[in-house]
Amino acid sequence: MDKGKAVMGSGRRWAVDFTDNSTLPSSRDIPDPPGFSRASQEQDDSAVAKQKKDAEANWKAQKAWEVAQAPFKNLLMMGFMMWMAGNTVHLFSIGITFSALWQPIGALQGVGKVFEPYKDSKVDLLVPKLVFIALNLGGLALGIWKLNTLGLLPTHASDWVSSLPPAKEVEYSRGGFPLL
Amino acid sequence: MAMAIRSFLICLFILSLTVPTFSLHEDQVGLMDWHQKYIGKVKHAVFQTQKTGRKRVLVSTEENVIASLDLRHGEIFWRHVLGANDAIDGIDTAMTKYAITLSSGGSILRAWNLPDGQMVWECFLQGPSDSKSLLFVPTSSKVDKDNTILVFGKGSLHAVSSIHGEIVWKIDFPSESFEVQEVIQHHDGNTIYVVGFVGSSQFDVYQINAKNGELLKHNSAAIDGGFSGEVSLVSTAKLVVLDAARSTLLTISFQRGEISFQKTYISDLVEDFSGMAVILPSKLTGLFAVKTSTATAFISVSSEGKLEVVDKIMHPTFISNALSISEDQQAFALVWHGDNDIHLNVKQVHDWNSDLLKERIKLDQQRGLVHKVFINNYVRTDKSHGFRALIVMEDHSLLLLQQGKVVWSREDGLASIIGVATSELPVEKEGVSVAKVELNLFEWLKGHMLKVKGSLMLASAEDVAAIQGMRLKSSEKSKMIRDHNGFRKLLIVLTKSGKLFALHTGDGQIVWSLLLNSLRQTEACENPTGINVFQWQVPHHHAMDENPSVLVVGRCGTGTDALGIFSYIDTYTGKELKSFGLDHSVAQVIPLPLTDSTEQLLHLLIDANGQAHLYPRAPEAVSIFQRELSNIYWYSVEADKGLIKGHGLKSNCAGEVADNYCFGTREVWSIVFPSESEKIISTVTRKSNEVVHTQAKVIADQDVMYKYISKNLLFVATVSPKASGDIGSATPGESQLVVYVIDTVTGRILHRMTHHGSQGPVHAVFSENWIVYHYFNLRAHRYEMTVIEIYDQSRADNKDVLKLVLGKHNLSSPVSSYSRPEVTTKSQSYYFTHSIKAIAVTSTAKGITSRHLLIGTIGDQVLAMDKRFFDPRRSVNPTQSEKEEGILPLTDSLPIIPQSYVTHSLKVEGLRGIVTVPAKLESNTLVFTYGVDLFFTRLAPSRTYDSLTEDFSYALLLITIVALVVAIFVTWVLSEKKDLSDKWSKASPPKVCKIYLLPRMKMTDTVTVIWLIFLESLSHSSPSQGQSREHLCAASLPEAISSMTLFPLSPIIENSLTTTSMPQKKHRRSLAQHNFLPEENTNPWVSP
Repeated sequence: MDKGKAVMGSGRRWAVDFTDNSTLPSSRDIPDPPGFSRASQEQDDSAVAKQKKDAEANWKAQKAWEVAQAPFKNLLMMGFMMWMAGNTVHLFSIGITFSALWQPIGALQGVGKVFEPYKDSKVDLLVPKLVFIALNLGGLALGIWKLNTLGLLPTHASDWVSSLPPAKEVEYSRGGFPLL
Repeated sequence: MAMAIRSFLICLFILSLTVPTFSLHEDQVGLMDWHQKYIGKVKHAVFQTQKTGRKRVLVSTEENVIASLDLRHGEIFWRHVLGANDAIDGIDTAMTKYAITLSSGGSILRAWNLPDGQMVWECFLQGPSDSKSLLFVPTSSKVDKDNTILVFGKGSLHAVSSIHGEIVWKIDFPSESFEVQEVIQHHDGNTIYVVGFVGSSQFDVYQINAKNGELLKHNSAAIDGGFSGEVSLVSTAKLVVLDAARSTLLTISFQRGEISFQKTYISDLVEDFSGMAVILPSKLTGLFAVKTSTATAFISVSSEGKLEVVDKIMHPTFISNALSISEDQQAFALVWHGDNDIHLNVKQVHDWNSDLLKERIKLDQQRGLVHKVFINNYVRTDKSHGFRALIVMEDHSLLLLQQGKVVWSREDGLASIIGVATSELPVEKEGVSVAKVELNLFEWLKGHMLKVKGSLMLASAEDVAAIQGMRLKSSEKSKMIRDHNGFRKLLIVLTKSGKLFALHTGDGQIVWSLLLNSLRQTEACENPTGINVFQWQVPHHHAMDENPSVLVVGRCGTGTDALGIFSYIDTYTGKELKSFGLDHSVAQVIPLPLTDSTEQLLHLLIDANGQAHLYPRAPEAVSIFQRELSNIYWYSVEADKGLIKGHGLKSNCAGEVADNYCFGTREVWSIVFPSESEKIISTVTRKSNEVVHTQAKVIADQDVMYKYISKNLLFVATVSPKASGDIGSATPGESQLVVYVIDTVTGRILHRMTHHGSQGPVHAVFSENWIVYHYFNLRAHRYEMTVIEIYDQSRADNKDVLKLVLGKHNLSSPVSSYSRPEVTTKSQSYYFTHSIKAIAVTSTAKGITSRHLLIGTIGDQVLAMDKRFFDPRRSVNPTQSEKEEGILPLTDSLPIIPQSYVTHSLKVEGLRGIVTVPAKLESNTLVFTYGVDLFFTRLAPSRTYDSLTEDFSYALLLITIVALVVAIFVTWVLSEKKDLSDKWSKASPPKVCKIYLLPRMKMTDTVTVIWLIFLESLSHSSPSQGQSREHLCAASLPEAISSMTLFPLSPIIENSLTTTSMPQKKHRRSLAQHNFLPEENTNPWVSP
């Protein structure tokens, strides 16, 4: 990693042009590397390219859906763990609850990144994203619900008055038996 | 925030769910607590120096203690505290092995074994009437002869065998009011004379056979002038008394039963005599002392009865009884004050001018006058007589004088504490050097290393002893400066003798002591008594440079109408700042919650006429007070009338002289208890300085109950008049206990409850919104404790979360008693095993920590009981949520856990009071228990949740951290080295495992860019997780880019790859399969 950075940092020594010009006829003085078959590419033509692109798009969509549905498994597992942890406040239940809260939040923050590899003009990522977000929100809700069942959310009157100091008294009265 | 607090509280609660015990480990005794043993003001002393062995002195005191003290150091060998109603009338020794005590008005005679203090026998004496009591142990030359002990008590004379304590014989005197003054044994040992008075004008002599108690002869004679007071026996047949006017001496001789009088006017003997004279009680042959207003005259009595003044001493003088130093020689001690020194003279009784001893002793501190002297002799190496004197001082201290020095002294005034206040210690200032008490770094480290050894179980027995010694001696706890946790304070205690002591809470040492001059007997004030000690000035904010001070209130005399005395004492220096007599009496002292600009607390003194006087007397105080005048009330409890009255204040006094600081009072309300059925026996109110953290009580299911927290509540207990005596004096049917909770502003009764078949004594404690009281249930034949909790019903509907969040509630608005808040009470009763002497509750700085009841048991110990045991919401089967809340299942009796005795194995003999003081650290509270003994400890009712424990090993922590840091550094260096060597060893090009040619790669003519992706490391990061490697590769593309290497392809291709055959078709298939990147197996571009 450092090496790469060092190279990049010392100045632009090279550039990668991602425009696909492999189909263009190129000079034949350099033999193709093994595994690279220009002939096949040339052969496949546009139909093959299209087919390939479709396949790729399908694959991406499929993957995107997989990724989108991944939190569901998580959700089930979280639910199971929460059920196992019980309703009393102790180290495990707090740990599980907080991880159940952090995981969806982290996932929601990185929702763009998760779907980055599947970005394709042909693939509609919105629905998988929404599903992903919904499932994660579900996880978050589950965590909050757990937090509440643990009694850690200030949803009761007792949470707001428990540290309220006693009201001041207007009058002051003392006395007792005559001192002996 | 609320959530954090809540989770914190829940954690606390979980911690507290564990069984609440405060047991100490054996090695923790004495770390936080100290215990001091006292005996009280000595009344009688008997020396035991005849036998070889340790020299002792047997003493009895005004605190009803009999003790044997070591004469060398003044330590207590053994000690017994008789009950509060068992006053000791006399002590003596019999047969040189028993100590005999007569107590309870001459009705109980006990013999104790002298060496160890075990009781040998006890004898109850009965008689027709109460009378003065007298113990007379005839001296006997033979050691083991069974002497009979003669006891006059309850109006009759008893002869008791000293071996078994059986009554040998008993005589009831014909005249019931006969008061025996002296019992005299005749030389032959068979006859005893009993002399005494009947009424105030008749003198009687009885001659009794000592063997069988037969009355041999009875003579009586009337004294026309009457007589008064003390008697001085000057020979076996002669005594001297004063007449009723205290101006004439009567010499009464009763040789062989014949009575004859001889009158001598004191003015004939002593010039310029006027007023009254007092005979100093003594038993000196042929000599007695008369104290007049100006001097003390020593008068010798010749065998013919002629009186002659031998000496006059102008200073206050005290004399001891005679001491036989040889067959025919008797000596006595004479102590007088002069020039701030004590002069001790020992003289022979017959020869006034012979001074056996003349010493002048300087006392290092003010102890007032000598009150009693006891002397004892010893034989010096040169066969001459040496004398030691035990003196009891005005401040009740006990001193042993020998060879002109104070050998030891005991501060026994501390056995009779009447008031306690606390004061902070000075803060650490630049000038105050504490360095000398600190250990140096090496010793500190050494100490901590020892502790580490101890905690790792590596310490040897010596080390353990060293650790224990170090902990006990810790200089930290006895420093004279304020500490961060507020554990170090001064306890300012006022004793019955009028002496004020400042005790350090760290180790109980006396920091300073002061015999208050204003509480000493003077001509203007004959019989001054201290009432109590109050905080006067507690500087903490803007008066930081002022020293704190306390106020001692006393009065001249015993009645409530006696004039008051004020004295202010600086608590840092122990000096009296100011003292003055008041021009009114003191019936109540009410500290107000108001301070002036110098942080002096305003006090209101109510006199016997019901007028209020404001102190300090300053215009500023009046202006502060005037603002609050209409809101200040006071109440008086008149137990004999069965009356409780509430008063308001008026702006001016009814007196003739205009006094800005005097305020009249008006009666606001009164409650009259029916005298035929109710008698007030106890009232309790909340401590005015108690801090309550919250007004809400969270119960199961997050519900809230609002406590009714008012400082103006009074708990009153009344019993039916028949049941006001001892337990058992009334039948269950005729006794009942009624308890009230009364608002003292309006006189409104908030709660009333009747316990049928119960009676007092009632001990109660009032804290926050609850009261716990202790009484006796006659039907169950057991003690009971009842708790009452008071809740505010008018706030109960404050349950809307939204309104609470927005602050739309009336929970923090000031409350007036006149708004008549609706309250509900809950109450529950439990059986309790012990009879109790005192009850208190722990108090902490912020009131967050749960409270414990401190119960002073009849066994003189202090038991800490969690308030959770006294919860009216306890039920037999609490629900799950109630259990979570911490409610214990209901049991009919309260459990006593032996480990929760805060006094552990010690006893606070004669326990009278328990004082709790909050420390600055919220979890801790300081507990001071006083009686004859003093005991101090520090408690953490909810454990020390806010600090590390005392024995926490900081060194171990430090060492661990240092070791970790070193380990991290070392491993870092090692790993760097290894990295470097790895790099050098792999100087040859890294092994390229896989080379992928990306499909859409740009190839230029000259240079082909090949991405070399070191997939090996990537694939290792998720071995066989089911995810395809292509995916991994794609996902970590950015990483791959950063680690790629650029190779000019042409040389590689030219040199090595041209010959490599490649199965093209297979590759293609794989590409088609995966659409994205080639499968690794299909890629043959593996470099060697």
